[in-house]
Amino acid sequence: MSLFNFWKKEDNLFDENISIEETRFVVLDTETTGFDYDNDRILCIGALVLQNNMISIQDSFEVYIQQDHYDKSTAQIHGILKDFVLKRPNELEALQQFLTFLGDSIIIAHHTIFDITMINKALERNDLPALTNKTLDTAHLYKKTLIKSHLFERKDHYTLDDLADKFDISKKDRHTALGDAYITAIAFLKIVKKLKEKKEINLNQIFK
Amino acid sequence: MKNTISHRVADFLKDYPPFNFMHQKDLEKLSEQISIVYKDKDAVIFAENDKTHDSFYVVHKGAIALKKSSKNNVLDMCDEGDIFGLRPLLAQENYIMEAVAHEESILYAIPIAVFKPYALENRNVGNFLIESYASNTRNPYSDIHKDKLYGDDLGNDNLHSTKDSFDLQPIKYSKKIVTCSPSTTARDIAKIMNKKKVGAILIVDEMLPIGIITDKDLRNKIVTGDYSILTTAETIMTKPVVTYPKKMTVTEAQMAMMKSNINYLCLTKDGTVNTKAVGILSKHDVMVALGNNPAVLIKALKRAKKAKEIKPIRARIMQLLQGYLDQNIPMTLISKIITELNEACTTRVIEICIEKMSSPPPVKFAWLALGSQGRSEQMLHTDQDNAIVYENVSEVFRDETKVYFLKFAALVNKGLFDIGYDYCPAEMMASNPKWCLSLDEWKTQVHHWITNPGKNEVLLSFIFFDYSVTYGDTEITNELSEFIFENVKANPIFYVHLVSGALQSPSPTGFFRQFLVEQDGANKDNFDIKRRALMPLTDAARVLILSHSVKSISNTAERFEKLAELEPNNRELYLSCSYSFKALLKFRTKQGLLHNDSGQFIALESLSKMEKIKLKRTFKTIKELQELISVRFNVSNVV
Repeated sequence: MSLFNFWKKEDNLFDENISIEETRFVVLDTETTGFDYDNDRILCIGALVLQNNMISIQDSFEVYIQQDHYDKSTAQIHGILKDFVLKRPNELEALQQFLTFLGDSIIIAHHTIFDITMINKALERNDLPALTNKTLDTAHLYKKTLIKSHLFERKDHYTLDDLADKFDISKKDRHTALGDAYITAIAFLKIVKKLKEKKEINLNQIFK
Repeated sequence: MKNTISHRVADFLKDYPPFNFMHQKDLEKLSEQISIVYKDKDAVIFAENDKTHDSFYVVHKGAIALKKSSKNNVLDMCDEGDIFGLRPLLAQENYIMEAVAHEESILYAIPIAVFKPYALENRNVGNFLIESYASNTRNPYSDIHKDKLYGDDLGNDNLHSTKDSFDLQPIKYSKKIVTCSPSTTARDIAKIMNKKKVGAILIVDEMLPIGIITDKDLRNKIVTGDYSILTTAETIMTKPVVTYPKKMTVTEAQMAMMKSNINYLCLTKDGTVNTKAVGILSKHDVMVALGNNPAVLIKALKRAKKAKEIKPIRARIMQLLQGYLDQNIPMTLISKIITELNEACTTRVIEICIEKMSSPPPVKFAWLALGSQGRSEQMLHTDQDNAIVYENVSEVFRDETKVYFLKFAALVNKGLFDIGYDYCPAEMMASNPKWCLSLDEWKTQVHHWITNPGKNEVLLSFIFFDYSVTYGDTEITNELSEFIFENVKANPIFYVHLVSGALQSPSPTGFFRQFLVEQDGANKDNFDIKRRALMPLTDAARVLILSHSVKSISNTAERFEKLAELEPNNRELYLSCSYSFKALLKFRTKQGLLHNDSGQFIALESLSKMEKIKLKRTFKTIKELQELISVRFNVSNVV
């Protein structure tokens, strides 16, 4: 093997033969009591499987977690009231269910770092190891579709609302975990299409 | 598992047959088993003779074309809420048609095993499915009755075979029927018809139609003095009424009217006079459905109340365009008509949006079309490029006015998106605060571009200087144009930058006169007709016309014709440029219609030898033109 090939190999995480379509992605979103990684808790995890450009509704995941910590101020956003949250699986049970669903799939989310950190903090509290899955962020990928030009300023942050507007996705279930996951999934498909128009891409390239 | 997404799916389905016949609970249960499928444009859902899938499909977003590949004939176009691929539900054979995504689409795949019990249990559901299955395998005889754009293009029969079968669509009829009793007087009838603005009134007895009175009856029987204006309906009505069932195709309706030589059809529940009337169909409705002339389309546009209603009209404009091209009508004329129609669409969207705003615009404004739209060279669906300029306002109202126009622009941009114009990837749209400015703000902006001509400034000027007013006040834009010309005159160095910008378009041919094709991306090995052939001409025309201070001509071909007039010694070159431009534009338009895209990229192997020669001929002209401007403006000193 030449040195060139050696480096190339190092660079690629995935087998070139596996297409984006064939890969099992888990698109997820969490609703939380707030934005503080240490004090806030996950209220709900919503996730769905995206494979072969297809989402099977049966194969989706939505769990509301039993709460001790509850913050009135964020209830206005997600509409999950404390009473409603009662009689739900506790954090550990919910996490175990989620891990089974997730497997070793690639995670897609919008501003992924937030959801992943929230989940990892919860895992840590329950003495479980942190996630090792590969992740993709639609907020980051979306920026790649935009024309690189000085003619207009790209925003630093594109919200899920921005993406829904741009791609004409109904915002009907905005701020429910699974509803947001669905919007993220459709946005991801449209982003991949846009990127393909620019340049033939494979799984390795969308991670760059 | 019942969840947010299954609710979302059920909520969509409940509005469309046959799902609207289902119980809410059943529908929710069904929705839990559905898969959501994403299909890119041109992706095949199933091919002819494919083994049947275990699901059938509902279009959620986008459009699916059903084709017979042997004839490459689009048999049906399914859009939002339409179902297709029902064959496996009813027959154990392979698919007999091909289903291809006509545009990017999202489908709901409904497993047949799960759905079948509902279809068997619920009569309404079952009947609907059988009916729509039957209508998908349409009678081949209908091919003969394709509508023609003009009656006189005989000998071109083969051209009609690939057109969309619009004449096979079910006809839309007026459901608001105006009726009166047999004892109503002619005078009262005239009053009612006038008030309701209809050309025909139905005479009913115990809900059943017994006769009809049209404008013509009133003219021939009352106005002539043959009958008194107090005559009752019974005496002067035409009877019996010609009735038809409500499920009629456009062609059937047309033939029925021709057969009985009448202008109105009464539609009843079962098609006989013994059931309730459900609608009236006028010759005008048929004309609108046929959409075979621009005047009808404009009329249909004026009637549209929502942006969504404009989309099908745009589809018909494209059909008209195809017909014009097939008949070899001069490109100048085609682009005039099509541009006019496209502008009318945009104008209607703007009008609808103004009504949507809570208050009328606070000051005068103009909606500007930029780039190719501004130059009246846009025939196909392409990206939006637009801007707003509004009257100067005092400091106090500055923010408020800006907020108003930005909100308004966002509505219009969304509306234009809904009728098929994609968002501009570079955000050059009126809803971008940078492209929604007051007159003075624009002046500052333009002045900045002209006095600091960097690469971007030149590019922005290229796009902006070709504006035309789509809607609103021309006084403001005239003032802006005036300002641009004065500034350009005062800054001759700006020309040089414009010229070097114009010369930057990549060359169409390589050293051996072979076509240069794209090296990368989805359009690899295709020829980019926009960047390599059309843009060099457009850019050069703009520079030259600016240097002559000619205002208000923004169309590239027209600019060259004007230049031929102004510079007699270069007349021949300019005329050949004008000709080449039109030829290239036609080429692009044809390609775009063929592939339902912008026509920018051309697969060279799909061209005939003759077409390639024609294309290459225009390249020689482009080269000569580029030489002329680089010598004239002495670009080598700068670049």
